Formats: sequence, C-alpha cells, structure tokens
Amino acid sequence: MSARNLFSHSFRIAWKDLMELFRNRMELFLLILMPIFMMGMVGFIYPSEASLSNVPVALLNEDMGFLGADFVLLFEEINNNTGMVAITEAQNFDEVREMIQRGDVQGGIILPSNFTSSLVGGKQGTIIVVADQSNPQISAALQGVLKGVFEEMGTMMAQQRLIEEFQVDPAVSLAMVKPFNVQFEDIVSGDFSYFDFVAPGIMAMTVMMSVMTGLPAAISKEKEVGTLDGMMVAPINRLSIILGKTFAQTARGLLQGAVILVLSVTLFGVTIQGNILLVFALLVLGVFSFVGLGVVITSFAKDQSTAVMMMTTLIFPMMFLSGVFFPVEQMPWYMQSISKFLPLTYLASALRKVMVLGAGIPMISFELAVLIGFGTILTAIAVPVFKRAMTR
Amino acid sequence: MIEVKNLTKKFGDFVAVDNISFKVKKGEIFGLLGPNGAGKSTIIRMLSTLARPTSGTATVGNYDITKNDGEVRSLIGLVSEKMILYDLLTAKENLWFFGKLFNLSKEVLLRRIDELLDLVQLSEWKNSQVGTFSTGMRQRMNVIRALLNMPEVLFLDEPTLGLDPQSSVEIREFIRKLNRENKTTILLTTHMMVEADMICDRIAIIDCGKIVALDTSSNLKKSISGVDTTMLKIGIKNLTQDLIKSMRTLKCVESVTQENSTYIKVHAHGEEAFDAIIDSIRTKKGKINSIENLQPTLEDVFLHITGHEVRDKADQKIPLERHRGFMPKNRVR
Ligand SMILES: Nc1ncnc2c1ncn2[C@@H]1O[C@H](COP(=O)(O)OP(=O)(O)OP(=O)(O)O)[C@@H](O)[C@H]1O
Ligand SMILES: [Mg+2]
Repeated sequence: MSARNLFSHSFRIAWKDLMELFRNRMELFLLILMPIFMMGMVGFIYPSEASLSNVPVALLNEDMGFLGADFVLLFEEINNNTGMVAITEAQNFDEVREMIQRGDVQGGIILPSNFTSSLVGGKQGTIIVVADQSNPQISAALQGVLKGVFEEMGTMMAQQRLIEEFQVDPAVSLAMVKPFNVQFEDIVSGDFSYFDFVAPGIMAMTVMMSVMTGLPAAISKEKEVGTLDGMMVAPINRLSIILGKTFAQTARGLLQGAVILVLSVTLFGVTIQGNILLVFALLVLGVFSFVGLGVVITSFAKDQSTAVMMMTTLIFPMMFLSGVFFPVEQMPWYMQSISKFLPLTYLASALRKVMVLGAGIPMISFELAVLIGFGTILTAIAVPVFKRAMTR
Repeated sequence: MIEVKNLTKKFGDFVAVDNISFKVKKGEIFGLLGPNGAGKSTIIRMLSTLARPTSGTATVGNYDITKNDGEVRSLIGLVSEKMILYDLLTAKENLWFFGKLFNLSKEVLLRRIDELLDLVQLSEWKNSQVGTFSTGMRQRMNVIRALLNMPEVLFLDEPTLGLDPQSSVEIREFIRKLNRENKTTILLTTHMMVEADMICDRIAIIDCGKIVALDTSSNLKKSISGVDTTMLKIGIKNLTQDLIKSMRTLKCVESVTQENSTYIKVHAHGEEAFDAIIDSIRTKKGKINSIENLQPTLEDVFLHITGHEVRDKADQKIPLERHRGFMPKNRVR
C-alpha cells in the first residue's frame, strides 16, 4: 500500500508538473528549440565530410618541361570530373602567398622548376602543397585529398612507364607498382559521418542537462513560491516529491532527446542501427545514474538561481570530458582518468554502441553496470540529504 | 489539542522563537498576535512540521511534531503566508491535485471541491486558471485548499493579508463559521489587533519570539483598563490649543491627543476625572458636540505591555509623516 501510494503520489506530482509545462507555451517552445540549435551548431562547427567541393586554390607551374605541363593537364581533367577545387593560375610564389593572405584561395599547388628534370633524371618529382594555416579544418582536408589524388596520378604514371618501357603486361602492372590494397570495411553497412559519432553523445548530454538543471530549478522554484509547503504538509512520503519531480523532468528531457533523434535522422542522415526502445531505456537509466547529484544540489542551494548556477558549473566540464564531442581516447591520460568518473561517459558510449553499431544489451553490460552503480550510490546519498534539507 | 512546550527555534545565533509554551483547546480559535518578525510564522511552520524545532517539543492532537510528523500532517490543514496555488492550473485542477495527495476518493473529492468552491462563491471560476484571479479570489482559494481533508486543526498564517476590508470580513466570517460548524480547532496569526479581537477566543501576544501576554481579548483589555481608567473621545466645536493645554494641566489627565480639528482623545484616571475634564472644557467656553467612552483596544494593550507600538523595524524607517500611527492595511511586503 505504501509503495503504491508512493508511486501514485509521484505520478500525480509529475502529471501536475507536466501540465504546467504544457500550459507554459514559451517554455515548451524553448525546450524544443534548444536541441534544434544544438544540432545546428554542431553541423556548423564540424564539416560533415572529408570530401571537398570547389575549394579555391592557386596553381603555380614553375616548370618549363613537358612533364609539368602534362601533369597540370591531367590534374585539370581529374578536377573537371570531381569538382573538388577551383583553380586560379599564379605567376610566382609571392603571388600564391598573397592570395592566401587575402583569403582569395585556401591553398596552393606548386610545381618547382626542376620538376621535369628530376623525373627525367631518375629522381622523384616534388609537388608542393601550401595550405591556409588559419583554417586547420579545410587545410587538413585539402592536404588529405590532394595527397590521395597526386599519389593516384603517380601510380598511373608509373604503370604507364612499366608498360611502355619494360613491356610489362598491363594486367599485372598495377600490382607491381602498388602491391598493397587497403580496404576499409564497416561492421554494419551504411555511410558514416561525424554526426553518427556525435548524435548519441548530444542526446545523452541534452537529456542530462535538461534533468540536471530542470530538477533543482523546479524544486527551488516551488520552494520560493511557497507551493512546496503544500506538498510538504500533505500526508505523503516526501520521497514522492523528488520522485514525481524527477519523472516530470525525465519526460521533459526525453522529449528533447526525441527532438534530437528525429533531427539527426531526418536532416543529418544518421541511421539508427539498434533498438530505439533500448535507446530510450538507456536514457532513462542515464537519468537515474546522475539524478542523485541534482537532488543533493537542490538540497543545498538556497534559491533557484544558485541551484542553476551550481549545475551549470558542473555540467560544462562533463560535456567536454565525457567523449560527447571528442573521443575519450584522444585525450591526455589525466583527462581520460577524470572521464572515467563521469556517468555521462558511459551513457554516451553505450548509446553510441547501440545507435551506431547496433549493439544489444549483452554488448553494453559493462556500461549498464557502471550506470546502475553510479545511480545506486548517488541516490543512497541524495535521499537522506533531501529529507533533512526539506525541514530546516 | 495543541500543546507547545518550551519550543525554541534559532536561525544561526538569531533566536526567532524563544522558549514558548502554550496550549490550545479543542474547538478553540487561538490567535498569535505580534508585529512583523515576531516569530509567528516560524511557530506555525514548526507546528505544521515544515520546520524542525531547535529545542522543545509540541504535540498536535497528541502526536509529537517531530517523532510522529506523518500523523500530525494527516490531521492538519495549512494556510500559509505564501499562497499555495499553481497559477497555470485551474481552480478545480489545483484542488484536485492537493485532494489527491490526501488520498481522497474521486466521488468524495469531486463533491467536496464543488461544496468548497460554492462556499466561497468561486463556483463560476471553477475552470479558470488561478493566475487570472484577483488577490481576494486567490486568498479564498488558498483557504479552501487547506480544507479539502476536513482537518481537525487548521493553521492560518495571516489569512487576511493584502485583502480589502470587505474580503477580510468575509474570510473572518468564514473562519468563524468553520469553527462553529465543524468544531475545527484553529490557530491563526495576525498582526492586526482588530482581527484578533474579533475572532479569537484567546490571544497570545508575541514580541521578539516570546509570549508577553496570553488571555481572552476582554481580560487582556481589562488588564490595562481598571475601574480607575477613563478613555474619552470628545468632540468640541470650537477646539483651541489653549483648551488642550489647560486640560493637560489637570492632575487626573495622563494624555491628550488631538485627532483632528474637533476631536480629542483623553486618557485619564481617578474617580473625578470625568467631572474635571468637563469642567475644564466649560471654563474655556468649549462647546461639546459629543462624548464617547472608549474601550481600550488590543493596540493599547500591546503598547501597554511591550512599551512600544506594533511596528516592525522596517516600518520604523518610513518617515513619520507618511506613517503615522498604526496602519495595518498598508503593510509592505
Ligand atoms: N529561514 C530563515 N532563516 C533565517 N532567519 C529567518 C528564517 N525564517 C525566519 N527568520 C527570521 O525569524 C524572525 C521571525 O520570522 P517570522 O517569519 O516567524 O516572523 P512573523 O512573526 O511571521 O512576521 P510577519 O508578520 O512579517 O510574517 C524574523 O526576524 C526572520 O528574519
Ligand atoms: Mg509571518
């Protein structure tokens, strides 16, 4: 009976909170707008593909020989097919530099004057690629793509020579020049972009932020307005107040999570490999794992703004350290060890496994265990702290 | 019904409630009267289990407020200083929500909501959001919200705060009716003498966290107005300063205060006081319009006991010309 009452009162309180939320149009609107902004921002910061299109580059051919001219012709032909760069001819190196400095081009390709002579003389021909250092994203992509293209062109040239000068069978020429063929394959089929990596993390983070700022705000708001007293003098278990508030905030967080999911799938082409229900179940488990912290903070914070401030201070490092935007493996070891103590790390990782790799429960059992562990410990601390704080 | 023993509440070093003891009988309306910051709300919050006493105990309906707080909560209703209502919910939804926390069944709750709304003439606003209500309507809602569980003990913290005289009277009548018909024990706080005087069976006057006097309203008044004291309000057509001065020189007169161009208030003692005052007016050729024998008010009692007027520290900072005397309605929140 008591447990039934606990839950029925919690649901009453949650229902009341949600009703208030849905009557408050402005809040509801912002609630949905927030994840849209978030996804949009990520879309701007990170170009989704490593491919290029029409990146302006300068081309400087200082070589007077025939191989240089051939090279330029071939490159232009390849570029006409792929449209990766927009070529502007330059007369000398200073002009290339100036064009980059002015921002007219984002990189330059230079064939030095000894290009033909080196090749004819049995040496390697050098191709210089200069990049706009002020834009590391583009320059990295440009360097990568051009390197690939030039290597491919080199392979073709080498094949040509083998066939013409040494009468090698064209069918085996490729294997002689380039004996290895590296293939990238995915364990699940489909195209993957940065969004596939980041979408699960952003979902985890949004739900966490929503609950962690929402819960202290909701409780301290009622404390300030005075309505909390109404629930406190009712003959109900005071636990049902936090439970109810948590349910409502979780529903609110999941709504935002769902917005992100829908956006990722419809606008950013993210495919979800695993079970959607499992995704939401994970989010709920995630809320359980850190909600205790929110409750503790609510208990200590005097008013609404303090509570929100405290939460925000905690959330920011979590956002960056839990592998939402950057893989944890890329961080220095000391940061990695901090990230091991953040529930969000495990939530993001589990979500990624389910959403991107289509993992089932057995494959994420470690993350599940850690999240349950975090939740149990934090809740065990939070409940008595909250009960005490409520009657000061 | 309520028994308070040596109840103390400290906030840090500050003693808000200082070793208070009193008893409230079943079916009684008991008033806690005191200026702002006296500690009235703190007492109510402790008795309604919202705050923990620093020391001392209290029982409500024989249940200890700290050890059996759950039982206490099922007995009581609370009308707190701040309104316990959700602005975005309708009147009915508010009552429904709180009623459900008391585990009332659907039929009982629906009937009670209608009855209560009817009782305070809010039936036609049943489905309007409380945020759109006027202060008076909200306060009526606030009061009936506390009655959903038909509490045996009702705590009312300044139930007429911010209401116009008309609504104040309505709420007071309602409180009295509740007490008469349901035998509800009521503990209410107020800083208005008039209010305490009108509805309370017994009154405890609180100042700086201590009870300075506790009795029925009439006994409290008697304590300062023996047979010996006379308070007169006299209307004199041709009132002059000269006349007032001469009256002040009389041995039996304690004080004379001029209320306006015709009325003066005279506080005197002794058997011959009445005659002496009239004589002094006659000698100065004063034309008496009216004479009223005043009863001492609780305000006078408060003044008499505490030696200062019912004003809190904040009020004292208000320049005197804007804040003359005791003006309960102008309380700034
Ligand atoms: N939570 C708190 N922390 C610190 N001091 C408090 C707290 N609550 C009340 N006080 C102090 O205790 C004293 C008594 O406050 P209380 O609210 O009981 O007064 P009151 O008699 O109800 O006054 P009012 O007529 O203004 O409502 C005040 O001086 C107040 O500043
Ligand atoms: Mg008060």
